[in-house]
Amino acid sequence: MGHDSHKLEIFRGYLKFKSNQQKIWGVLIFLSIVTTIEVALGIVKPQILITPFLRIKLLNWIFIILTLVKAYYIAWDFMHIRDERSGLKNSIVLPLIILIPYLAFIILLEGDYIFNIMQEGFVSWNF
Amino acid sequence: MEVTATEHSENESLWGGAKKPFEATYGKTMMWFFIVSDALTFSGFLVSYAFSRFKNIDSWPISDEVFNHFPFLHGVDAPMYYVALMTFVLIFSSVTMVLAVDAGHHMKKAKVAFYMFLTIIGGAIFVGSQAWEWKNFIKGEYGALETKGGQILQFVNAETGKRVSIEEFATDLPTDRSTHLKSNGLWFQTESSVSEITVSEVKVGFENDSELLIRTEKLNAQGRKTVLSRENSLAKIESAVLVVQGANLIRNEYGNPLFADFFFFITGFHGFHVFSGVVINIIIFFNILIGTYERRGHYEMVEKVGLYWHFVDLVWVFVFTFFYLV
Repeated sequence: MGHDSHKLEIFRGYLKFKSNQQKIWGVLIFLSIVTTIEVALGIVKPQILITPFLRIKLLNWIFIILTLVKAYYIAWDFMHIRDERSGLKNSIVLPLIILIPYLAFIILLEGDYIFNIMQEGFVSWNF
Repeated sequence: MEVTATEHSENESLWGGAKKPFEATYGKTMMWFFIVSDALTFSGFLVSYAFSRFKNIDSWPISDEVFNHFPFLHGVDAPMYYVALMTFVLIFSSVTMVLAVDAGHHMKKAKVAFYMFLTIIGGAIFVGSQAWEWKNFIKGEYGALETKGGQILQFVNAETGKRVSIEEFATDLPTDRSTHLKSNGLWFQTESSVSEITVSEVKVGFENDSELLIRTEKLNAQGRKTVLSRENSLAKIESAVLVVQGANLIRNEYGNPLFADFFFFITGFHGFHVFSGVVINIIIFFNILIGTYERRGHYEMVEKVGLYWHFVDLVWVFVFTFFYLV
């Protein structure tokens, strides 16, 4: 990869940087803003966002989505996935985005099931 | 960079390795595949943590109460601030790393070395912070009682609702109980050192102080721990069998021992990654200084170790979310 082959635009071309170094600082600012929002929400914990959605609190959904956003920019701009050939890009990203949500889904469903069994079962877990 | 869809003539070897579909060197491709497998390992850990949490969704410890220390601010409730700082340190060291990679593309030796040095410093600060975090967690703060069924009972002040340390109210009772040593036993058994505060001391202290209430692990509808009434508290304390101070792999004064197990295991595994990353960075740093990559003609090693370092940062982003925020 030559040093002039960087793709210098983020946010789907909305923001275009003059050099790779500028892009790095720009991404740092973006990641810092996202982290600050996360920390602020974590400290304030607004009561409106405590309501559950799909059995998980709205606030936690926000945290998870913001985390994925951060993960995207770390992988795409710091790890240069943006500049890689689509073959390499897909062979890295596709296994992860197929396997991890699948694993999370089945395991969380199982955990929820066990919680219900322990709630409603005949065995006392608190003696 | 453009993909070329060429037709292969008969004599052109398709299998001879002339085609490079990834346009990446062997080393970089393999680093990427290592990262993919490591990412799956970490997701396995985090998902099993989530499993245990979903299984105990109504009694899981509240991380804001567990990690609320900040250096030099003793007794001040500062949830999240220190981990947020650690996150910024790691993101910043990621930035210096990517700047080092960029300087490497321009063959600027001095700049690469400087940015690598900053990256190493950032990594060292992060590992140190994590050690401090562990120390606070292991030491504990308020102490608690454990019941026969393994439930944790914590103590709060009835008026202020604030946590009360068992050391504050436990009455000092004279005791003959000393640590059982292997040399005194008929059987070859030992025990870990006896806690300085006994269950009966806490019980007597609790009964004498009418201000105190017991807080159980159960979460109420607002996501806070349930506080028992004075009568229920007096009844509940009878089932206590153990004094728990701090956290380890078997007992955890903050609540479910699984929380401590996963915390030690996942942040430990991540911390080990950071530590090995710092060691590899140091090796690369010295290689830069003695001009190895200058002679080689490219700084691809910096790029490869950079990939690993960013991955460590990436994992921390998830650990941060699932241990501290969610």
